[in-house]
Amino acid sequence: MSDPILATHGLSKRFGALQATDDVSIDLRAGEIHAIIGPNGAGKSTLIKQICGGLVPDAGTVSLLGRDISGLSTGARAQAGLGRTFQISELAMEDTVLENAVLGALGARASPWSFWTRALGRTDLTERAKSGLDRVGLLDQQDMIVANLSHGQRRQLEVAVSLTLSPKAFIMDEPMAGLGAEGSKTMTSFLDGLREEAPILLVEHDMDAVFALADRISVLVYGRIIATGTADQIRNDAQVREAYLGEEA
Amino acid sequence: MKLNERAINTVVLLGLLALPLYALVVDEPFTITLVTRAVILALAAVGLNIVLGIGGLVSFGHALFFGIGGYAMGILAYHAQTYTTLNLGFFSTGGTKLMPVIWLVAMTVSAIVAYVIGKLTLRTSGVYFIMITLAFAQMFYYFTISWAQYGGEDGLSIYIRNDFPGLNTLVPIQFFAICFVILCSVLFLYARLQASPFGLALNATRQSATRVEAVGLDPMKLKLLAFVISGAVTGLAGALFADLNRFVSPTMFSWQLSGELIVLIIIGGVGRLMGPVIGACVFVALEHFLGGLTSFWHIYLGVILLCIVLFARGGILGLLTGKEGAHV
Ligand SMILES: Nc1ncnc2c1ncn2[C@@H]1O[C@H](COP(=O)(O)OP(=O)(O)O)[C@@H](O)[C@H]1O
Ligand SMILES: [Mg+2]
Repeated sequence: MSDPILATHGLSKRFGALQATDDVSIDLRAGEIHAIIGPNGAGKSTLIKQICGGLVPDAGTVSLLGRDISGLSTGARAQAGLGRTFQISELAMEDTVLENAVLGALGARASPWSFWTRALGRTDLTERAKSGLDRVGLLDQQDMIVANLSHGQRRQLEVAVSLTLSPKAFIMDEPMAGLGAEGSKTMTSFLDGLREEAPILLVEHDMDAVFALADRISVLVYGRIIATGTADQIRNDAQVREAYLGEEA
Repeated sequence: MKLNERAINTVVLLGLLALPLYALVVDEPFTITLVTRAVILALAAVGLNIVLGIGGLVSFGHALFFGIGGYAMGILAYHAQTYTTLNLGFFSTGGTKLMPVIWLVAMTVSAIVAYVIGKLTLRTSGVYFIMITLAFAQMFYYFTISWAQYGGEDGLSIYIRNDFPGLNTLVPIQFFAICFVILCSVLFLYARLQASPFGLALNATRQSATRVEAVGLDPMKLKLLAFVISGAVTGLAGALFADLNRFVSPTMFSWQLSGELIVLIIIGGVGRLMGPVIGACVFVALEHFLGGLTSFWHIYLGVILLCIVLFARGGILGLLTGKEGAHV
């Protein structure tokens, strides 16, 4: 088997008395969607923050393409190839859709140190930005101010910005949240194709989407991975049914 | 109201140019000096607008750079006029009366100080950042008060305005021309900067530093560079201001001045190219017309500020164009 693209080794994080992440070792292989599911407060977002930077784990490491990136800043991890989308949109709300995507393209080039050229006149940036927007179906909205977008469109823009980075791995925190049935379906079929480009670590609440998409599913409860397997294995796992799926059904 | 912002900008700049020319014709040199004062304050505020308007950093200590520019001028010209040597240990000089050299020194020293202070303060945000920048400016204020060699509290008088090759700087309209050309050049650079990739990233940093990090850029570095550029521009304005008055004193570092720079940006329009210019014009006009009537003219300034904060979030430019502009 080939080496994983992304892996965590024994990540642990404690907030006071709460063990938010408990010895988590997971990996993400080329071409796959690896979903992380678990009840609210299980520690999914906390885990993502430790992978992408911004939250320093008490123990454990993160590696990308075999290289330990635990010591890197958030920005440097993004440069190394992590393309993250946020559970709650993090966008420049007063800027246009295109400007947000151009920011991503700028990040991909790692060069904001240009003072004389016009950002929106740089075709190397705008082409990359527009191709990202086009793929999520936001090209027609490119001149809209983000604050005026619908919730669903903002979720799409989050994904478009991560596309402009051409990352080695996507890390997505609940991309379907609040999308509605129709939007969820569109996003599901989009992510389905995206895994060919780079594998996706997908935190998601929408179980239909998860079971339709995921090559593997890990179940996180109280910060600990209690099971990892294919959709069928997880569906039939007694421990998982009791801890999680049982509650839902 | 919905007026074109470019049209307003053009009208304001043409007005700033026309008024002194008119004053020249009717022989009212004081009006020229008044407009020059507005132009220089505008320049200082354009500098602040880079960090405040684009970067969202509420520096409450920008008088620091204004003062540094002033003292760079004062010290260099003082040694030149007294034929004494300024000995810095590694370097000694007899000072200079040449404006371009003074400007270069004012901007360089301001930029270096901005770099150091930026390194120390940019990790903080909100009220902490406001307080720390204020504290640094106050430090310089008290330092210059006790700096007896350069006049202490009384400041330094420079008897003859510094030189600019080919011009007679003591003629008000000629000194105005220098300041006006500098303001226009800096406005041009500001517009380029705002539209550049750096400007786009800095503008995004104000709105979501998390987003900027997630695309692999470093918000700290963006803010630090903005702070350095900003400090240098305000420092240049300080050198011109000292030359306008032929006098420099610790009040150039005062917190009132830092506050006024913020206020006039808010009045004109935060983050907008001409916001600081319009604000400076309003400010100097109020100071002139009301300052003559009552020593409490700042109250009227306060009332205007209050109205703008409550009813016109985009300042005068926001009101005229119908667009709110940057939120800090
Ligand atoms: N910075 C923090 N300080 C203290 N507790 C936190 C912090 N961040 C998250 N938590 C707690 O850790 C637990 C896991 O949170 P989170 O990772 O957001 O869960 P999930 O994304 O799975 O819903 C929650 O109980 C939450 O309250
Ligand atoms: Mg979460």
